[in-house]
Amino acid sequence: MNTTKFALITIVVGAAVMAFAHWYSIDYLFFASYTILQFIVLATAWNILGGYCGYVNFGSAAFFAMGAYSSVFMHKFYPLPIPALFIVSAIVSGIAGFGMGYLTLRLRGSFFAIATLALAVVLQTLVVNWEYVGGSRGAYIIRPESIEFAGITINYIEYLFGLMLLLTIIALVTARAIERSQLGFGFATIRDDELAAEACGVPTLRVKLIATTISGAFMGMAGAPFPYYIGYLQPSSAFGLEYAVNSIAMPMIGGTTSWVGPLIGAILLGSAQQYATVSISSEVNLLIVGLMLVAFVIIAPNGLIGLVQGWRRAWRKP
Amino acid sequence: MASSITIEKVHAAYGAVRVIEDVSINVKAGETVALLGTNGNGKSTLMKCVMGIVKPVAGNIVAEIDGEKHDLVGMKTEDIVDLGIALVPEGRRLFPRLTVEENLLLGAFRPKARAQIKTNFDFCCEAFPRLAERLKQLAGSMSGGEQQMLALARALMLAPRILLVDEPSVGLAPLLVARTIDAIKQLKDHYQLTVLMAEQNFTQAIRIADRGYVIVHGKIAFEGRSADELNNNDLIRQFYLGM
Repeated sequence: MNTTKFALITIVVGAAVMAFAHWYSIDYLFFASYTILQFIVLATAWNILGGYCGYVNFGSAAFFAMGAYSSVFMHKFYPLPIPALFIVSAIVSGIAGFGMGYLTLRLRGSFFAIATLALAVVLQTLVVNWEYVGGSRGAYIIRPESIEFAGITINYIEYLFGLMLLLTIIALVTARAIERSQLGFGFATIRDDELAAEACGVPTLRVKLIATTISGAFMGMAGAPFPYYIGYLQPSSAFGLEYAVNSIAMPMIGGTTSWVGPLIGAILLGSAQQYATVSISSEVNLLIVGLMLVAFVIIAPNGLIGLVQGWRRAWRKP
Repeated sequence: MASSITIEKVHAAYGAVRVIEDVSINVKAGETVALLGTNGNGKSTLMKCVMGIVKPVAGNIVAEIDGEKHDLVGMKTEDIVDLGIALVPEGRRLFPRLTVEENLLLGAFRPKARAQIKTNFDFCCEAFPRLAERLKQLAGSMSGGEQQMLALARALMLAPRILLVDEPSVGLAPLLVARTIDAIKQLKDHYQLTVLMAEQNFTQAIRIADRGYVIVHGKIAFEGRSADELNNNDLIRQFYLGM
């Protein structure tokens, strides 16, 4: 199946989801699904660097927060519609991804992971001390009730949900296209053996920089509408541990070698968290992530995809 | 169609640790030259210097490809590969989680090599029938000898003019070492390659080498102008074979 066909299918599925949600029309459903979609984008973005290239990024929260704070900055400086904020955030976080890659990609394995973690800490300190975007007090963004769109009034949360759905589609189509391209092969060689990749003539530094840039840009875009969604943004929520942990755990649980993995992982883990938030307590969230991660590392180290592939192989040769 | 490599007075170091001192080597067109030495004497580092993976501290490395001279020092690895210089890395270094076919196709990552991917792929399948039988198998699941063949075949997918082979015998049974060395010889004859081979298996290496150098503690200890000269030499017995 080529990329255009796949894109069309995801658009149709996306439209169906949108139509269903509109027909159901419960505000809470929009709120909860928005979070899940946001995590699909984050997980997919993480997977482009972490899954395809094998470079574990612990700084997802930094890129996400950069996207969110770009929106806050623009809101104060020159308010733009949210689709334009996506582009601003993509540029800011993409550049940050490129810069981080350039500075840290000589490090491998756990050293790279630690460097990305440090990036998040540094950025959080910067934001805390930056009054213009609210500093440690945080910034309020009053969300309008609804938005006029071609003469139709749309509920604002539904509008945010629709935009996030669109971003999810773009992220998934991009991830899948990369997977099947020459670039994706380049990523796979780096994951398997970087020296061998160089010996094959893969321009490893350039390929890795492309990965950090794309990955960073998508994480930033996932964060762009966040201030409008949450209404009040403070550093500790934008840089929350849950973003870093979830964007690693979700691809791990789904399987890191394919675009399906982060999608399944995010839906599964995201729904479980939403359910726990309502039924038990919002603090149980990370506990669930932790338990599921431990369980999956033991039962299915290659994620759900690996598990299914294993069954298939066993099925074929009885 | 001459392709040769001249390494002149190269020094290389990892931080403060000097690995190679004042090494000069040349490989003339169509020759097979062996770089002999035991572990930790700088053979692999020299190979990496040629490929631009390690930057030499001083010295010149010049490759002549089909009559055109290129200064390799300071060039990026991917550009050196593009010139037609291929490295078979030590310890095979395949992509274990990809199939044999994917490993081969990845060998031709560079645009120049991609243009003739079909011919090179067919040649590899013909030269290594074992691999042709196993195209869909994961590279990591093959035996050591087969993996070494795949590593060689992958380098050939670049249609190189100069082939650098780093320790093809590592981790292989004696019979497979002999087979691998034979395969290198065959490929060299068929493709009219210029080959520089780093090896510690002295007897196997000089079977196919025209000439050789012995490297000890990062310096060239002996230059053998023919295989015979290497074979009957007291210095080599002393430095290298420890007799």
